[in-house]
Amino acid sequence: MRVNRVDHSPPSDPRRLLSDHLRHDLGLTGTHVGCEHGVCGCCTVLLDGAPVRSCLMLAVQAEGHDVTTIEGLAEDGAPLHPVQQAFHECHGLQCGFCTPGFVMSVVGLLAQHPNPTAQEVDEGISGNLCRCTGYASIRRAVVRAAELSSPSPRRGEGQGEGGPKK
Amino acid sequence: MTTRWFGARVQRVEDDRLLRGHGRFTDDIDEGALESVLVRSPYAHARIRSIDVTAARAVPGVVAVYTAADLPFGQTDLPILIPHPNLTHGRTQRCLASEMVRYVGEAVVFVVAESRSIAEDAADLVQVDYEPLPVVITPEAAARADHLVHDDVPGNVAAELIQEAGEVQAALASSPRRKRLHFRFERGAASPMEGRAVWARWSTAEHKLTVYDSTQSPTSIRGGLAVLFGLPESNVEVIAPDVGGGFGPKIMLFYPDELLVPFAAMQLGRPVKWTEDRQEHFTATNQERGQVHEVEVGFNDQGNLLALDVDFIHDGGAYTPYGIILPIITAAQVPGPYRVPNYRVRFRDVYTNATPTSPYRGAGRPQACFVMERTLDAIAAELGLERAEVRRRNLIQPDEFPYEVGVVWQDGNQVVYDSGDYPALVERALEMLGPRPEGDHIGMGLSPYVEGTGVGPYEGAHVQVLASGKVVAATGIPNQGQGHATVWAQIVADQLGVNVSDVEVSSGDTRRFQWGVGTFASRAAIMAGNAMAVAAGMVAEKAKHIAAEHLEADPADLELAGGRVQVKGSPDRGIPLAAVAVLSNPMRYAFGGGTEAATQFAAKPRPGPPLHEGEQPGLEATGYFSPVGSAWAAGCHAAYVRVDPKTYRLEILKYVVVHDCGRLINPLVVEGQIEGGVAQGIGGAFYERLAYDDEGQLRNASFMEFLMPYATEIPAIEIDHIETPSPLNPLGIKGAGEAGVIPVGAVLASAIEEAIGVPITEMPLSPLKLFELVSRS
Repeated sequence: MRVNRVDHSPPSDPRRLLSDHLRHDLGLTGTHVGCEHGVCGCCTVLLDGAPVRSCLMLAVQAEGHDVTTIEGLAEDGAPLHPVQQAFHECHGLQCGFCTPGFVMSVVGLLAQHPNPTAQEVDEGISGNLCRCTGYASIRRAVVRAAELSSPSPRRGEGQGEGGPKK
Repeated sequence: MTTRWFGARVQRVEDDRLLRGHGRFTDDIDEGALESVLVRSPYAHARIRSIDVTAARAVPGVVAVYTAADLPFGQTDLPILIPHPNLTHGRTQRCLASEMVRYVGEAVVFVVAESRSIAEDAADLVQVDYEPLPVVITPEAAARADHLVHDDVPGNVAAELIQEAGEVQAALASSPRRKRLHFRFERGAASPMEGRAVWARWSTAEHKLTVYDSTQSPTSIRGGLAVLFGLPESNVEVIAPDVGGGFGPKIMLFYPDELLVPFAAMQLGRPVKWTEDRQEHFTATNQERGQVHEVEVGFNDQGNLLALDVDFIHDGGAYTPYGIILPIITAAQVPGPYRVPNYRVRFRDVYTNATPTSPYRGAGRPQACFVMERTLDAIAAELGLERAEVRRRNLIQPDEFPYEVGVVWQDGNQVVYDSGDYPALVERALEMLGPRPEGDHIGMGLSPYVEGTGVGPYEGAHVQVLASGKVVAATGIPNQGQGHATVWAQIVADQLGVNVSDVEVSSGDTRRFQWGVGTFASRAAIMAGNAMAVAAGMVAEKAKHIAAEHLEADPADLELAGGRVQVKGSPDRGIPLAAVAVLSNPMRYAFGGGTEAATQFAAKPRPGPPLHEGEQPGLEATGYFSPVGSAWAAGCHAAYVRVDPKTYRLEILKYVVVHDCGRLINPLVVEGQIEGGVAQGIGGAFYERLAYDDEGQLRNASFMEFLMPYATEIPAIEIDHIETPSPLNPLGIKGAGEAGVIPVGAVLASAIEEAIGVPITEMPLSPLKLFELVSRS
């Protein structure tokens, strides 16, 4: 299985969940586990580019597939991925626990709908639970991410101001 | 002080690592730790006849299996965190139960193994022989004493408290109109996305215990562990790393695992970790909100409140480790933003065979707000008045502050509202809400509220300018996503004239700051924020005095700006802060940005030793803030909803919030707190219900059946602020963490009642509940 563009051998324990394999065998602890029954979406990763619940898959089922985790979106030291950048600009995260799952879901959503309607935004993130934000800032982040991801991003739509008070 | 950063929508400095997947939550820490599982009671009330762990101990890979008999503190009752004289029958559980269990989820056996799966397999082999006993699960049954939860607690009553301001019976008797009302709130659950977790390591060489804990109070955990294990506090380090949401239940201490994991790590000489799973979180982590209220209100034909008598029972669960703070808060907060000339409140805190209670975001206030606002709605209905008009006629006016309510607050002092403008909140909310949308089955709800925030006793902070010119700031209070690293950096940056990006904040780590209380009661911004301002202000003064000597200027003529200490009006006459940091230590450094700059400033010969009496090396200071009383935030929510007449699906057409938390440090962060609070309130009002059956089993202990709202259930929320600074702290701030959740139940109940035409007297609601209410009417 390829994880973040690197080949790995599958785990020796056949009952190992993909989420546990990523976290505990590969040390990719950015994938979080919030419920272990496929409802909260914290463990969402991309399997061949599409969002999946890594807590509902055995690691061996990912053999021969391409897995992308939150750590694989932007290289260390490199600028944030547009979806990550949008979450930052729009205060789309508070505690940060559900955030990797949301970011991966939104990457999947924008791959399907580069300019999502309001309804597509809600549906696209309605497989992920967040207990901190009330979703408003995440909706804004999805819209902003679509702008940042489009070939000629519209300017000046950021929600926050980076600098001090004038 | 300048106010360059304070008040600005500064984007958060903590986001980058969280967004890259580089957050560090307790379960992310491994270092070869053994893993553990708790065997918990499947019964809500039972006598333990025997416990057999032989088969579990024999499983290959199991390292230890502990029962109460294996613990030196096994027969010790866990502490009551906040004792109270009226808590006459306080009871706490033991770390592991050995004789009785009183709620589903109570810990009985602790299994430690090489891996989580081995520990779980072994836990399945533990044999506990239970003799089931009768169960009381509702607060009403508990108050009737159908059965006893504790044999030695008559009537199941842990505490009773009566307070009276004025002469309620006389005032009721002389009131032109009187009404009796009944309001019921069920339990709710905070459900942070990260459950609880503990990791511990014992170092024999250093004789030191290190604990990572997803707690809201690492300093208290440290104090307790030091006493329990007979260690000096300096040999116990407790760190709350990244914590995936708290919302209250993580302020509870001690949960059994918080003792067992460190104990096992010390016993076994290897790191040990425990991570809660979602199912056990539903019964093992504290809950709140269950209360039943009987109200009698006296009022006149104009709708003015004359007397209010409230008698309620609080469902305390099986034990009272957190004391009786919750009903005390409800009792104090029922009057809310209104003049209640005669108020009497009595509560009983009763035991039930359910998970113990401790604060969950709002902490007794949502119930209080619901009682008061539903009562005012009932008065409006009886008199045929607009609901907003009844509120206008009873609101405390802006010229009445400070306003004494006449009841006792959670800190033991009288409730005194420090500042506010309640009529302005209501009028602005109505203005934002605008005209009623067209259509049928639409209702409007409105609820102002107050919130006592920032209870003491204190928090502290340490601020230091490094030789690089960067600033480190530390406080004991931990963070669960509230943006502390950003807002405290803003406060420090203003005091020291540096950029927010130059300030690195550490919180909730006893290695960096050892004193403190915890993150709860919307207190972090007030307490630690002001402590940061105090400490950074002391550093600024010290910097001026050191620089003055070398600039041959009066300290009073100096200012800190642009990372320098400079003469006001002559910015070219100055020293970089980094150089001042170097000069602050008579022993110079060989490296560092400040060193080179500092060499320009030759040490001036002066009599006496290089470090004068009273001087300390280093450009650093420790400061504390301790308030004289709580700062009272306030707000008003209003909404239009539509209820589908066939499916009873709820559609929130518009939801507006006007909020006053005094001076805003960072509107971006405050609005995030409000939006999140409202969403949690909507969940608690219409979707989330803890479905306990008569046997005390929680029948929906999973996210499949406990319906936390997704984005599809939460509307856009419009927010506006007014700012009435608190006179009780130098920064003029009030807390904002819990405000969003408090009035949501009251708003939705009022709106839904109007939409479907049936009285709403309980929480939570659901489509099924509305169908039943309409069918019965």
